[in-house]
Amino acid sequence: MEQLFFLGITVLLLVMGLVIGSTVESSHFRRLARREQQLASIMVSDLRRLPVNWQASDGMLVTGEAVIATDYFKVFVAGLRNLFGGRVKSYESLVERARREAIVRMLQQAQSAGANVVWNVRIETTTIQGKQQGKSGGIEVLAYGTAMKAWGK
Amino acid sequence: MIVLNTEFVPGRTIVEVKGLVQGNTVRAKHVGRDIAASFKNIFGGELQGYTELLIESRREAMQRMIAQAQQLGANAVVNVRFATSSITAGAAELYVYGTAVVVAEEAQAVE
Repeated sequence: MEQLFFLGITVLLLVMGLVIGSTVESSHFRRLARREQQLASIMVSDLRRLPVNWQASDGMLVTGEAVIATDYFKVFVAGLRNLFGGRVKSYESLVERARREAIVRMLQQAQSAGANVVWNVRIETTTIQGKQQGKSGGIEVLAYGTAMKAWGK
Repeated sequence: MIVLNTEFVPGRTIVEVKGLVQGNTVRAKHVGRDIAASFKNIFGGELQGYTELLIESRREAMQRMIAQAQQLGANAVVNVRFATSSITAGAAELYVYGTAVVVAEEAQAVE
């Protein structure tokens, strides 16, 4: 009887994770697409130097950071994948969300500084430990670059 | 204090190189005791409290680096890089480093 109860709880958490998790995720993707469109006028590059005929002024470091938690369903699916190998699509969307969110926040900082380019962009990813040993709690992404006002393109 | 992650300062000339400056903080990377994070780990979504903690740690590390640069008599820090590493299972170090330089005022004006 007790085992049935625990099985029921697990299934409930999985379903909650799947349903609410995917709702949260798709609304996040929609918000990301909208904000990226608003910031589309800012040129972003990971080049270290400016092209030869460009001029620039007012350089400053801009950063963006995001921490996205994994949900119960993702951890479960990843656990299954660990048996058979292959792409873990459930985590791919997680990392993509965190990365795009960090970049959008970095560009928002650049926009409020009045810059039109962000140069030498670097991205760093780290994992956050979850409650249980070895299970992923989430992903942290830091994006940073130098915002400048550039002209002469 | 001008802080950048490029090797050059746009519109200015580097007159003197003072040397490497750095700052770091060590923070917990465990969300185990955070009740709000436990809920988020069922449904997913952003951990805002944790993001703010990281932003604060990063700002602290950068402040330490800037203080070092000021002590050297620099007015800019260029080529800033971040490095994060796990110390133990529950802690991570955020390390910021860059080169402290002295830049001259707007030397070349755009004709």
